Amino acid sequence: MAQFKTLKDAVADNLRPGDIAAFEGFTHLIPHAAAHEVIRQGIGDLTLVRLTPDLVYDQLVGCGLVKKMIFSYLGNPGVGLLRRVRDAVENGVPRTLELEEHSHAALANAYEAGAAGLPLAVFRGYKGAGLKAVNANIRSITCPFTGEELAAVPAIRPDVTFIHAQKADRKGNVLIEGILGVQKEAVLAARRAVITVEEIVDDFDDAHPNLTILPHWTISAIAVVPGGAHPSYARGYYGRDNAAYVEWDEIAADMDRFRAWIETHVMQAGPEDFAGRVETLKGKM
Amino acid sequence: MANADFTPDEMMTIAAARALSNDDVCFVGIGAPSAACNVARLTHAPDITLIYESGTIATAPSVLPLSIGDGELCETALTTVSVPEMFRYWLQGGRISVGFLGAAQLDPFGNINTTVIGDYAHPKTRLPGGGGAPEIASSCGEVFITMKQTKRGMVKAIDFFTSFGHGKGGSDRQDLGITTKGPTLLVTDMAVWRPNPQTKEFEVNSIHPGASREAIAASCDWDVVYAADVGETPPPTELELSTLREIKARTAAAHRRNAA
Repeated sequence: MAQFKTLKDAVADNLRPGDIAAFEGFTHLIPHAAAHEVIRQGIGDLTLVRLTPDLVYDQLVGCGLVKKMIFSYLGNPGVGLLRRVRDAVENGVPRTLELEEHSHAALANAYEAGAAGLPLAVFRGYKGAGLKAVNANIRSITCPFTGEELAAVPAIRPDVTFIHAQKADRKGNVLIEGILGVQKEAVLAARRAVITVEEIVDDFDDAHPNLTILPHWTISAIAVVPGGAHPSYARGYYGRDNAAYVEWDEIAADMDRFRAWIETHVMQAGPEDFAGRVETLKGKM
Repeated sequence: MANADFTPDEMMTIAAARALSNDDVCFVGIGAPSAACNVARLTHAPDITLIYESGTIATAPSVLPLSIGDGELCETALTTVSVPEMFRYWLQGGRISVGFLGAAQLDPFGNINTTVIGDYAHPKTRLPGGGGAPEIASSCGEVFITMKQTKRGMVKAIDFFTSFGHGKGGSDRQDLGITTKGPTLLVTDMAVWRPNPQTKEFEVNSIHPGASREAIAASCDWDVVYAADVGETPPPTELELSTLREIKARTAAAHRRNAA
């Protein structure tokens, strides 16, 4: 049953050291505010799952909170590489990072299998791909009806999934629109789900019947954090802060500059600071 | 009318755009493929269906997206589906005729590496990885590749098989049980290449205006093979060039505005 909480309590009550956690959002609606709260609380030894680790995991990895990362695309979209993740992979700084690498199709299927309560995902993939040789969790299965050999990966069942969404109603039902990514699957696959939202509305009575809505009883906690996806975007609220993605490339290139940035923008800041960061991005796509 | 004043980069994008038809359903990679696909849509293929892996189907962006999940893609799409649906129903379901990919490292058989330079466990350089590409390469009807020529990019043997092309050539692809055609076209900033029907090794089919066999050899690490009949790539038309330049200008202006 969804409980409305402060972000601080929502994170403290649902994430524990050593958990498997997913922070999902495919370019759109990335739950940055929730990740910053995790950094402030210093909850570590995490195994993080996410198709596109993006800036959000570059920050968690750079802070030394991540033991293992399960992912499928390791870039700063439109800009380049993730420099904190690279430093961890290539030099073990600030700690070594175990990688479990997949394709998007595999992880999307694995979340769906988790949501469906299945132990594995079966799909036609990884044909001739090198990842099979370096990831023991990529195996094959023979179709009992046709004999076709198909790829198999284990289902993903996070201890907790974090997402950001446009709105919740007063009961705690949550509405997501625009680019949906894997958020619905990641929430339904998880044992606990924490959702930050732009705002609370009275009800969804006038919403289209086929909108993507997560019922309140699938959610553990909701925190209202306007701007909480920044520098990602929230359709209908504010656009992507492309300049921040470009700027991140320089910040993350240097460990001292990274630490200073985290100190100023995360440790000495709070969820209430996100609204101001999207002020000039309102009304943009 | 042809325009003599264009860059090799512009020629690459335009030659790649020409390969797409109005009937294609195209899975678009970010970067150079995205520019080519949108130039095709804005010139000779107005009804082409462009799909990005963020789930946006039949999208028609007025500016080129910075990422595969830009809001513009969703706002201008016919419909937007979830990422699992995109990969299961639309890609794996066999609905996509062409996958358009870029490459960090490419071998002469169209195998692509975007994962690591060096050893996987101890990489010299950790690249972004495959994303959607491993399944785009195997599930789309055919695959077009576009990249700028460099000796580091076009290599005899890639360090990691992110996406399978024609393997070691010949019938390698069918032998693995893959039923789609795989790479059928490579467009670089110097030439248009197609695989030899038997060996599946890329051969130069046409050389772009201003490029030469010497320049192609100097920027490709494998031994370049030429088709029996090598022509010159027709130069960009005024319409192709103005369309490309306008979308690039709109893109630069939009991203400046957003950054302001």
